Amino acid sequence: MIWPAVIIGSIGAYLLKLTGYVIPARVLENPRLRRLTGLLPVALLAALVAVQTFSVGTALQIDARLAGLAAAIVALALRAPFLVVVLVAAATAAILRASGLST
Amino acid sequence: MFTGASQFALVGVLGAGGGTLAAVLTALLLGARNSLYALSLRPYLDSAHSSWWRVLGRAQITIDESTAMAIRYPPGSRQARHAFWATGVAIFVLWNIGTLIGALGAAALDDPRVLGLDAAVPAGFIALLWPRLRDRSTIALALVSAAVAIALVPLLAPGLPVLSAALVAVIAERFIARSERTP
Repeated sequence: MIWPAVIIGSIGAYLLKLTGYVIPARVLENPRLRRLTGLLPVALLAALVAVQTFSVGTALQIDARLAGLAAAIVALALRAPFLVVVLVAAATAAILRASGLST
Repeated sequence: MFTGASQFALVGVLGAGGGTLAAVLTALLLGARNSLYALSLRPYLDSAHSSWWRVLGRAQITIDESTAMAIRYPPGSRQARHAFWATGVAIFVLWNIGTLIGALGAAALDDPRVLGLDAAVPAGFIALLWPRLRDRSTIALALVSAAVAIALVPLLAPGLPVLSAALVAVIAERFIARSERTP
């Protein structure tokens, strides 16, 4: 049963986005919410980086993804554009795996 | 569904044998940040021409990437709106082509890890995070959020460790508010 999940999930994901556009604008004048909306992406993106680098399901694992992340950070420090950062990370992991140096 | 992390989560939970409800809840909890993106995007995108059908269109392409591109420009500027629409529409088209290729090609590709595609995912997220690390408090928040999420990976269902970072942000906001009151 894949399609019910896809359809319900898609409608829900769209409505969540729309909510942010149609709730009263004065909610934005709340300084606490303003600050929080700035902080939430930082926290969530950092958590996504960590989880996508170190997790396999509910297990933790260090593998070539970590080397890819390190390469991405070097590329970012060198002000590389988004696509280069992503390609450098993928290539680093692929080369390490092809050479048998990492899983 | 056009919000990457939610799509991955939905597929991941279903693939691991999870039910429809678990898969949808995980995806929506992950996608909840898009409401806040929409909320913070309003001053950037609003103009005299913000008709209701534009807002309906905006909602669909409100994602990490289009938000990140729009907020690089001054609120209410043409550049911010152009960056948002160009990024959102381009990614929407490419993403769905990619999804189709993935669905059709999954059988042909033995292991996406050979191409390092799994390493490309965190690289993409850190590239989005990088310009937001403006001061010591945001860097500290990022590090704590990452550590908390990793610690919770073995304890919670997939998707929830990432969401726990929202709680870290709520706590961090209180700390920052207090430090601003007592300079």
